[in-house]
Amino acid sequence: MKALEFRNVSFSYGKDAFAIRNLNFSVEEGEFVAVLGHNGSGKSTLARLSDGLLEADGGEIFALGMPVEQKNLYEVRKNVGIVFQNPDNQAVASIVEDDVAFGAENVGLPREEIGKRIDFALKAVGMETHRHATISRLSGGQKQRVAIAGVLALKPKVMILDESTAMLDPRGRREITDVVLRLNKEEHITVVLITHFLEEALLADRAVVMNKGEIVMEGTPADIFSRHEELLTYNLALPRIGQICKGLREGGIPVGDTLDVEKLAEEIAQCVSSRSI
Amino acid sequence: MRIVAEHLSYTYNPKSPFAVKALDDVTLTIEEGEFFGIIGHTGSGKSTFVQHLNGLIRLPASKKRRPKRPKAKKGRPAPPATVLTVGEFDLSSKKTDFRALRKRVGMVFQYPEYQLFAETVKEDVAYGLKNFSDKKLTPAETEAAVRAALEIVGLDYGEVAEKSPFDLSGGQKRRVAIAGVIVTKPEVLILDEPAAGLDPLGKREVMELLHRLHREWCKTVVIVSHDMDEIAENCTRAAVFSEGRVVYALPPASLFKMTDELLALGLDIPLTAKLCAALKERGIEVDCDFTVEDLIRKVVALKGENA
Repeated sequence: MKALEFRNVSFSYGKDAFAIRNLNFSVEEGEFVAVLGHNGSGKSTLARLSDGLLEADGGEIFALGMPVEQKNLYEVRKNVGIVFQNPDNQAVASIVEDDVAFGAENVGLPREEIGKRIDFALKAVGMETHRHATISRLSGGQKQRVAIAGVLALKPKVMILDESTAMLDPRGRREITDVVLRLNKEEHITVVLITHFLEEALLADRAVVMNKGEIVMEGTPADIFSRHEELLTYNLALPRIGQICKGLREGGIPVGDTLDVEKLAEEIAQCVSSRSI
Repeated sequence: MRIVAEHLSYTYNPKSPFAVKALDDVTLTIEEGEFFGIIGHTGSGKSTFVQHLNGLIRLPASKKRRPKRPKAKKGRPAPPATVLTVGEFDLSSKKTDFRALRKRVGMVFQYPEYQLFAETVKEDVAYGLKNFSDKKLTPAETEAAVRAALEIVGLDYGEVAEKSPFDLSGGQKRRVAIAGVIVTKPEVLILDEPAAGLDPLGKREVMELLHRLHREWCKTVVIVSHDMDEIAENCTRAAVFSEGRVVYALPPASLFKMTDELLALGLDIPLTAKLCAALKERGIEVDCDFTVEDLIRKVVALKGENA
């Protein structure tokens, strides 16, 4: 079964241009998909359409086989969780465990079950020692992990991260990507990671690039990165290592495209030192 | 304006169970004309430090006109006196005109677009100007200043002036917020994570904008950043904060040679430095300033020599 499926979906905010235009997109269950695109390319709209926060103007959207529409929203949202961008405005309670419990309480789970879910969710994100901590005293990465735990407590099948790492420092960003990767591999949760850090997209099984509400590139992350010129036309800059590879080639050093520093160093070494004394 | 801090310490919530020593005997000088970087991870004291620079956090001022020299305790030398000056402003004195200081030291917080509030871009940018000017400005004067500020941040006055700032894109909002700070033409501009959260193109545009401001309007620019590549590419010098102390204050070209030391502090290093380290392991020494261009140039030159 497909975890998410968009059939010919369009959406616009007001009269202006389409935010999403005739979009066909699907995610298999258990897959890890990265969605790339510059600001305003329609990435977040895609996330919000997926669990009915926005209603499509045209086309059909299915989550785990269910049509995403008014009468199914409750079921859909139990199964499709979204983690948003800002670590400071997703918490509803002041203490970690209360915040994690919020969603589970809302769907009316029994008390003992909620306790178990909190244990599971906090452990999954590595925050079990902060169960009674005050959220406002946590770091950004920790706050985002609590937000993920809140979603996990509902045991969703699909998790969408809408630029959830954009406001974090490098360490916080790594905390989140580690957790997400583990959830995908161990708990088999389908992950849609929306980001503009091309480096993060490397973790995914598949990457899509959006531009002006349409999917313009699709493939394995490595494949996407090798198509430099195309990425540039969608206002996505190459990761720095890509810039270096490209610059070296233009300077006459035949290195391939890689995202691995060690591999690049090896290639340079072979070329530069082959004739040194 | 030269920024001088000597023996600066600061504790949040002192004498309480939540007391946190944010700055611990910081001594740092930022010369006029620098494009200065401040790095360190969350909680290292960097934000506390920059908030001192325009008096958002004040030193505990002595009531007397001349601050008392700290007294020596028995058997120990007197603790050194705290100094904090920005240009001619002595921030340890109560008599300092903080309003005049803030007019000349502009501060752009993290995610400044969250602070936009007015109905039109024009009004939002003019707000600081009205508050800081000594006399009442004529509408024509205000308009000229707002126009200049919007233009230097790369926005078209005619196009955006009457729009609501909330209808703009993320990158544009940030520019408007920056325009609202630089409209008073501060001599020192301090920005906390100016490029955070923007897409790669937006990042590049903001950094270009800061260089333009540095050339034309603000003599000194200080940025706080987590992005080591950004520091390597843009700054004249950078200070590394760790646990409330300044560990290094060096030009990027020498700072990022200390790969092991920085990693030990839990900091990242620029990609270029990682590549240089990997090449060094393979017996290739590349002496570059850690910008992408220079690295490519030096490696290509090495190949030339060997051929």
